Amino acid sequence: MSSVVATHDEHHDHGPGKGILRWVFTTNHKDIGTLYMGTALVMFLVGGVMALIIRAELFSPGMQFVDPMFFNQMTTLHALVMVFGAVMPAFAGLANWMIPMMIGAPDMALPRLNNWSFWLLPFALLLLASTLFMEGGAPAAGWTLYPPLVLQGGAHLPFAIFSVHLLGISSIMAAINIIVTVFNMRAPGMTLMKMPLFVWTWVITAFLLIAIMPVFAGAVTMLLTDKFFGTSFFNAAGGGDPVLYQHLFWFFGHPEVYVLILPSFGVVSQIIPTFARKPLFGYSSMVYATASIGFLSFIVWAHHQYTVGMPIEGELYFTYATMLIAVPTGVKVFNWISTMWKGAMTFETPMLWAIAFVALFTMGGFTGLMMSISPADLQYHDTYFIVAHFHYTLVTGAVFAIIAATYYWLPKWTGHMYDERLGKLHFWLTTISVNLTFFPQHFLGLAGMPRRIPDYATQFAEFNAWSSVGAFVFGFSQLIFVYVIIKAVRGGEKATDEVWEGAREHGLEWTLPSPAPYHTWTTAPEIK
Amino acid sequence: MDVAISGTLPHLDDCARDQIGNEVVPVLEDGDYALDYYGYSKKERTVGNRHRSHCSDALYRCDPQGNDGIIRTVNNSESRKVNKRLVWSIVFVAVGMFGFGFALVPLYNVFCEVTGLNGKVKTEAVADAGYVVDQSRELTIEFITSVNESMPLAFRAEKSKMKIHPGQYYTVKFYAENTTDRKMIGRAIPSVAPGVASEYLSKAECFCFSEQEFEPHKLREMPVRFVIDPSIPENVKDLTLSYTFFDITDKNRN
Repeated sequence: MSSVVATHDEHHDHGPGKGILRWVFTTNHKDIGTLYMGTALVMFLVGGVMALIIRAELFSPGMQFVDPMFFNQMTTLHALVMVFGAVMPAFAGLANWMIPMMIGAPDMALPRLNNWSFWLLPFALLLLASTLFMEGGAPAAGWTLYPPLVLQGGAHLPFAIFSVHLLGISSIMAAINIIVTVFNMRAPGMTLMKMPLFVWTWVITAFLLIAIMPVFAGAVTMLLTDKFFGTSFFNAAGGGDPVLYQHLFWFFGHPEVYVLILPSFGVVSQIIPTFARKPLFGYSSMVYATASIGFLSFIVWAHHQYTVGMPIEGELYFTYATMLIAVPTGVKVFNWISTMWKGAMTFETPMLWAIAFVALFTMGGFTGLMMSISPADLQYHDTYFIVAHFHYTLVTGAVFAIIAATYYWLPKWTGHMYDERLGKLHFWLTTISVNLTFFPQHFLGLAGMPRRIPDYATQFAEFNAWSSVGAFVFGFSQLIFVYVIIKAVRGGEKATDEVWEGAREHGLEWTLPSPAPYHTWTTAPEIK
Repeated sequence: MDVAISGTLPHLDDCARDQIGNEVVPVLEDGDYALDYYGYSKKERTVGNRHRSHCSDALYRCDPQGNDGIIRTVNNSESRKVNKRLVWSIVFVAVGMFGFGFALVPLYNVFCEVTGLNGKVKTEAVADAGYVVDQSRELTIEFITSVNESMPLAFRAEKSKMKIHPGQYYTVKFYAENTTDRKMIGRAIPSVAPGVASEYLSKAECFCFSEQEFEPHKLREMPVRFVIDPSIPENVKDLTLSYTFFDITDKNRN
């Protein structure tokens, strides 16, 4: 024993350590979950400020505040920060906090790897942010980093690419950890088909990450060698083809958007049964639907490239394959509605967010269906219609689910109930403003306003003004969220162990004390 | 979901030190950090729903539930082995996918050449295929010339379009003049639209087959001899042949 203790710091072995080093050296899944969530919240605000710079410039036609080059940097960084800095870390944080508690494991399977995969993240994000101060500025070719445009930028390229590499390594390690934890660390009796849906969706997400992140890493490495080492992967002069990059990117990019949304499905599948006071309707169909979506995501990538040109057979194939995704997604939506059907529903804040998720995400899904039709897509491509579409799926989808999850589990994490009144205020302000922001963008897109431009024709002025007003209300409403979290961390009404009436029936985490102790399930629960 | 934590938790006194290393509790090895997870502090701690008070360090070597209890560790040697196997197989998949990304490069080129996708054109000369000239069909072929932004070359075709019969050989002259004072080496990349037509267009002679040298301020004449396969689909009535010159002077110097 003494030899074991001697190899470790004293605080390391006994509960949370003291001071800042606790967070640097921690291998505790709850600590790492908190670190991930905190980083995600900060990056959400940083990316949000970038979005507000974009919306301020677009408030009226003409150039107001920023020059076009900086505007392009903002559109690019806003996307990269939100995808890799906010949404993915937030879900990794939720996975760290909740998966061990939900499957009855004492921690993640690979705690030190867990520490490393978190700590790569802030440095990768700093590397990305540092490009803002370089000659030629940050990457400005859009988050897709298409060559040849991205190769024509300034000094940022290698930094942005190394940042992407680090972010990729971080996500791959988190995915490995989640798969090993779920496969090897479940409590006795916790069979795969008894796992909470959040765990299921994360396992499938983890498999997607393992498959796609390396391909993306390869694609950006090719950009790097094209720029600095004279290769011609994407350079036509040397026999390469820039369209090849688009195929590689979207082979990553399409599953990536499911990486962002599948855990959201899991969160909503936890919350709705709790507040409908019914078991989830169609549990096994939910699992199979998630797996189908995961599989289909790999075979539809070229629907992002209809306008690049492909034979009619290709267009037909990608149209039908893409439409097929609506089937399992529809199964999920109907299951959520059926779960609520004749349930004894109450509308606490997490439930409000979850219901808004179902309604608004479905709308984003429908616009996606519109764009899957290749002849119609020629009109929608690269307009504000696509901007509206993916913000409905990612803001009212992924972000709403993350906020819902935070309200749902915050009492379990902190031991205090959050301020219900402020939570509802946050919900209503956000939901109204998010629609004011993004709904008019559908019309702008259909009328032909292109995306990624700092200036536009005057006929688009009115909808853009609405959209900008909505964006600012949305942005500032999130400060309520930050306040609610801080308030709950610092104190408030004590939460019961169960937190939500009857929640004990809906997951192992609600059988633990609130706040969840530093070490949980050191003795395995038995699941009958 | 029913959860039960079976057995009664032992009082501290029950945990005799001679229980260290019993079968249920995995033997800790140097470097194991299982203590993280069994490391109850001397303060009060709760485990599961049960309250356990004043556990001493000795407790982590005790089986809290007696021999029937289930104890799991994160990193005892047995679970380590199982985890390691899974980790390595996932790492193997991840590395494989990195390789797959690169394998897509040749696969993509082969796919495009076989299907004629993306207007990719055969870049080697084709011997006289002995087609029968189809006088009944007349196609329009257009010629487009462009230069990559970095190449100061005046590049044009002798005519912008012509009427042709499938199966017959035609020669079109392209002209390029180096407008600078330095020698340039260029490479022309051909492309055919619509993409399906690319596999029916064969060239017996073309400047795009090899790198071209341009002396300063010299005008060069470059003929292209081509033929359209008469089996080209009926619905193709117009096609476009485009050439883009890329400056590869610097690349060659390296």
